[in-house]
Amino acid sequence: MNKRSLILFLLSLSSFFASAQDNGPQMADGMRADGKIYVVIGVLSIVFISIVVFLILQERKISRLEKQIKK
Amino acid sequence: MKHLYKLLSVLLILYTLVYGMLGSVPRLDILNETIRNVYYHVPIWFAMIFMMTVSLYFSLKTLLNYNHLNDSKAFDASVIGFFFSIPGIATGSLWARYTWGTWWTFQDPKLNGVAVSILIYLAYFILRASVDDEQKRARLSAVYNIFAFVMMNVFIMVLPRITDSLHPGNGGNPAFGKYDLDNNMRMVFYPAVIGWVLFSYWLFELRNRLTLLKHEINE
Repeated sequence: MNKRSLILFLLSLSSFFASAQDNGPQMADGMRADGKIYVVIGVLSIVFISIVVFLILQERKISRLEKQIKK
Repeated sequence: MKHLYKLLSVLLILYTLVYGMLGSVPRLDILNETIRNVYYHVPIWFAMIFMMTVSLYFSLKTLLNYNHLNDSKAFDASVIGFFFSIPGIATGSLWARYTWGTWWTFQDPKLNGVAVSILIYLAYFILRASVDDEQKRARLSAVYNIFAFVMMNVFIMVLPRITDSLHPGNGGNPAFGKYDLDNNMRMVFYPAVIGWVLFSYWLFELRNRLTLLKHEINE
C-alpha cells in the first residue's frame, strides 16, 4: 500500500463519518453519533494505520539490506 | 503477490475497528458495551496460539532435518507469540477489572493457565540462550518446544474446560454455538481473528528476515 492510497483511504473514512453524523437525530442509534463514538474509531484507525506505516518502512529497510547482502 | 496477505490483514483489522464499535451487540448486564472487547482481546490470543503452532511446526521440521533456517523460524514465531500474550493479558486484566471486579483472580483456571504457559515459554527462551553450540541448541529447544506446546494446550484449552471458569465457553463442554456471540458479532469476530492471525504472521516474517540477515553477517 503506498502513501497515496493510504491518504485516499483516510479521506474516504472521514467522509463516511461525516455522512453518518448527518442523519443521526431521528434514529435510535443516533446516540452513537451524539456520543462521538466516530471520533474514537478515527483515533483507533489512525493509531493502527501509523503502526502499519511503520511496519511497511521497516519492511523496505529489510528488503534493501537483503539486496545489499546478496551483492 | 506475496504482500497480499498483509494488505488483507490490515483491511480486516480496520474493518473490525470500525464495525466493532458501530455494530449492534447484545445488551447484557455487567458486560454492557465491554462485550465489544471480544473483537480485540480474543483474536490476540488466537494470534498467540497460531504463532506457537507455527513455532511447533518449524521445531518438528528442525528435528526431522536440521538447518538453521527452520530453527530460527521456530524461535522467531515463539517470540512473536510471546509478545502477543502481553497485550492479551493486559487487555484481559483491564476487562476483568470492570466486569469481574478484579485485575486478576486465581480462581479462574484460564488466567492461571496462561500465566504458567508464559513461564513455560520463558524457560524455552532461557534454554536457547544457555546453549552455545548451534546444532545442539536447535535440537534441544525443538524437543522442549514440543513439550511447551502440549503443556500450553493443556493449561489453556483443557483444564479450564474441566473445572469452572469465569471465561464464557469454559467449564463443561462448549461448542462454538455456546459462545455469547450472536450473528452480528460473528460478522466482526471471525474477520478479526483472521486479520490478527495474518498480522501476527507478518510480524513473524519481518522478524525472521532480520534474524537471517544477522546470521549471514555473522558468517
